[in-house]
Amino acid sequence: MNAAIGTGMTEILGPPQLHAPDGFLTLPVAAAMWVATLVVLAFAVRRTNATLTERAVPLLGVMAAFIFAAQMFNFQVIGGTSGHLLGGVLAAILLGPWAGTLAMTCVIAIQALVFQDGGLVVMGANIFNMGIVGTLGGFYVYRTLAGLLGGEQRGRLPAAAVAAWLSVVAGSTTMTLQLVASGTTPIELALPAMIGVHALIGIGEALITVGALSFIAATRADLLRLRDARPAVATERAATERYA
Amino acid sequence: MTDDGRQPVERSPLGRHWWLAGLAIAAAVVIVLAPLASPDPDGLERVAEDKGFLEQAQDALFSIIPDYTIPGLEGSLSTILAGLIGIALVFGLMVLLGRVVARRRQS
Repeated sequence: MNAAIGTGMTEILGPPQLHAPDGFLTLPVAAAMWVATLVVLAFAVRRTNATLTERAVPLLGVMAAFIFAAQMFNFQVIGGTSGHLLGGVLAAILLGPWAGTLAMTCVIAIQALVFQDGGLVVMGANIFNMGIVGTLGGFYVYRTLAGLLGGEQRGRLPAAAVAAWLSVVAGSTTMTLQLVASGTTPIELALPAMIGVHALIGIGEALITVGALSFIAATRADLLRLRDARPAVATERAATERYA
Repeated sequence: MTDDGRQPVERSPLGRHWWLAGLAIAAAVVIVLAPLASPDPDGLERVAEDKGFLEQAQDALFSIIPDYTIPGLEGSLSTILAGLIGIALVFGLMVLLGRVVARRRQS
């Protein structure tokens, strides 16, 4: 942990290691989370395979790259505590829940493999908590709320804000349950602490998600409709010509 | 309709390479914001510290670009370079995977 052992410049300038490291979860819990994650990812690949248009591939790459970059920026929440974007709801709104899940997985995998941010044994759990719970769950919360507010066009920003906040709180809750199942910490200590601090971090998540969506709506509103594009043969061919 | 009878291709304001603008925004986030990132522990690390299980953290099995700093390079430049490498890796891997997933359907 950088904050614990780091000295000098890196401690001041580098973001600390952020995701759960190996050792926080027991092997059985970590293995169970790997299984759950791989099952969801297999389904996500199948669903993305059926719906992803060639046109959306560059957006997939850009979104994953942006989420990686934004996750490096830790913002201050309260005294001595920071938080960072997850980005799952943002990815799901733009890419759809399944492709969004794949983008989050790609980010978390590179963070663990190249940047030693998050352990390898607990990577299944990290993908589950940060890439699946908030991305899939967040998307359906978003769509339901947007529907209640009179459609995505009108309800996009408030629905996204609520879903983004919930995605952080939900992810921290599943993380806590895994810690408790591992015997790392008792639930009565950890759950209020984790939910309390992530309720604040979730406000940052909501602000960044709304900000990014507003920016895209103002500059490239067509990207907001890419998610619903169907891979019909004709549009596929046109898309290939356009972005080949 | 153009002269050769094909439908004119709809162009976005940023043209066909709009994704370069997206990558530039991601790079700008790293260059401008990453060096300003709070060095304080994040939510999970704070709770781990307060509740006394932070010391259970194990060191990584191997280390390539630990803590988003290039080994041997100090200061903001190290963080920025690490971030740019990460952007390139994530974008490359994602586009590769996206192409594979999108292409398999056509066969």
